[in-house]
Amino acid sequence: MIDGLLLGAVYGLAAIGLTLIWGVMNVINLTHGAMVALGMFGVYLLVGHAGLPVYATLPPVAVGGFLVGVAVYWVAVHRVINRPHLMSLLATFAVNMMLIGAGTALWSTSPYNVDLSLPGITWRGYTFTGGHIVAAAVAVLVAGVLYLFMRHTMLGKAIRAVASNRQAAELMGIPSNRVLAIAFGLGIGLAMTAGGLVATLFPFTILSGGEYQLKSFVVTVLGGLGNPAGALLGGLLLGLVEGGTTPYMAVSWTPVIEFGLFVAVLVAFPQGLFGKRTGR
Amino acid sequence: MKMLRFIAGAAALAVVCVQFSAKAAAADKTLTIGFTASETGALNVDSMNQLHGFELWRDQVNAAGGIKAGGQHYKVKLVYYDDQSKAARVQQLYSRLIVQDGADFLFSPYSSGLTATAAIISEQYGKVMLTTGAAEDKTYTLGNKGLFQIYTPATHYLSAAMRLIKEKDPKARIAIAYSDDGFSKAVATAASAEAKALGETVAFDEAYAPNTTDFGPIINKIIAAKGDVVVGGGHYADGATLARQIFDQKVPLRFISLLVAPDSDKFATLGAAAEGVTVPSQWEPSAAYKPDFGPTGAAFAAAYKAKFGSDAPYHAAGGYAAGLLLQHAIETAGSTDSAKVTAALNATDATIFFGHLKFATDAGHHGLQVGHDMVLAQWQKKGGSLVKEVIWPKDAQTSPVLYPIR
Repeated sequence: MIDGLLLGAVYGLAAIGLTLIWGVMNVINLTHGAMVALGMFGVYLLVGHAGLPVYATLPPVAVGGFLVGVAVYWVAVHRVINRPHLMSLLATFAVNMMLIGAGTALWSTSPYNVDLSLPGITWRGYTFTGGHIVAAAVAVLVAGVLYLFMRHTMLGKAIRAVASNRQAAELMGIPSNRVLAIAFGLGIGLAMTAGGLVATLFPFTILSGGEYQLKSFVVTVLGGLGNPAGALLGGLLLGLVEGGTTPYMAVSWTPVIEFGLFVAVLVAFPQGLFGKRTGR
Repeated sequence: MKMLRFIAGAAALAVVCVQFSAKAAAADKTLTIGFTASETGALNVDSMNQLHGFELWRDQVNAAGGIKAGGQHYKVKLVYYDDQSKAARVQQLYSRLIVQDGADFLFSPYSSGLTATAAIISEQYGKVMLTTGAAEDKTYTLGNKGLFQIYTPATHYLSAAMRLIKEKDPKARIAIAYSDDGFSKAVATAASAEAKALGETVAFDEAYAPNTTDFGPIINKIIAAKGDVVVGGGHYADGATLARQIFDQKVPLRFISLLVAPDSDKFATLGAAAEGVTVPSQWEPSAAYKPDFGPTGAAFAAAYKAKFGSDAPYHAAGGYAAGLLLQHAIETAGSTDSAKVTAALNATDATIFFGHLKFATDAGHHGLQVGHDMVLAQWQKKGGSLVKEVIWPKDAQTSPVLYPIR
């Protein structure tokens, strides 16, 4: 369960990126998985080629992710943002396929690995590795900084204003297009940071992001679509469910449990377990 | 008198001509061996290695004068086509090899799937086919009469590990964790049954998804089950990750044996996590068997390196072993007649550089390999660096077993 909780924080961070973009601009970002994978390769390349210490690679990966996100927004999302949801879905899917294709050409689909060995904590025969503990701490820290940013900075407030009512925000003089681009960049930056953290724990391929994209969907549904704080709680809950069920059943059943929960929450709590209740 | 001289001269010339043509006939005798190789397609790498094994054997046999049987010397001629790693091509090409090319004997293609297809054709025409690069058992339970398997069957991949555990640590609690794919599942199911038959305790037995990267839940279950040894794995990516995470989570295991992954030299990059991990392998260059005939492992490895410029992988060794065994059977039978060679192969019970070879002769499993032991290799630290040593069977051992590993 503790293992699950540690991993759940990283799931939560990845999902915050997805839910932020949905919450601000109503776009289901299907580049999410590819961006998580790019974050993994970002860490791998910065460690291997630039010789940076593993955790020192996270800030440049996050900043790089932000810039990539802003670029993707202007190239692929901006033109279709006011059109039906299917258009933005297809646009982000197309970018996803291009990224996966380019990644496959560059790095093939062979597994890569970031060497990291930190002393862990052993308790009753079970060892919680240092990598897991640090990853969870970084995820919670980043989520906390994001919360403070959204609550206490002008830009954060502008993002929330655009998310709440874009037209009203524009009437108040907020440049909504720029704010949307920044929000998309933030979402991708968070996805790539989460990917970077996963790379410190497990081997990965350019296709590995797909698994975390699926988990992010489950987490956002648990936490409430468009609710970043709920996404972190949703991630922790998913981690707990994974950690809590696997001792009692074959690990092959874990996805069944996860997606069963996904469907159950969608049916019983369409706004998510921690989502805002909206009146009709 | 002139007439007499003429007759004597003509007779002498005739004798010389007869002797010359007899020598020419002896030199011209060839034995055609047909097969397909995957020169293209997914199986390309391993299949080419197997082909290299066949070619090295042919070159050495022909350089030594050919196969000797019934007072004749037969030069070996290999006839093969690219099967593109596709079963449909195998079916067409084996028919062609037999009907058009007049193949006297057959070798199998690479892989269990293609071999199963080739076996249908070889059996239809009553041909003897030495199968190599094909470990699946099922083909040998279908009543085939002319197939002879060189590889240890998939169901015995972990036999050596189980017997080693029985000898070293009979009370060990065995955890079997394996990739949920056909081959790994067959290996693990057989390993579980064998462990129970040996009176060992299987404390944990579970499959994981082939693309698993987080083994935390599996490892926690192994700890909860108080597993002392872990056997299983699947392919490179999952096996290497499992070994790494077992090490990171400080699981106090006494022995680890994983399929495929530790056989790769790349496995040594895991560093301390690789130390002590064992892998079942069909053959290792350092395996020190004392052959009843044919080259030693070292001689084969050296000849291979001289010809192809790289270390001999076990697929190449399997190819060479198939040729060597066919040659021995023909020479023992003293004939190239299929029935006599089949009888000689049925009676084979010999050790070559590849290990001990013996075939099942009962109708339900005819041709199944029952003599060959998987070699168990272990990563051990020697002079500060990790090297793969053969630890089982004992007659092939290059280093004592490291047990317990941690």
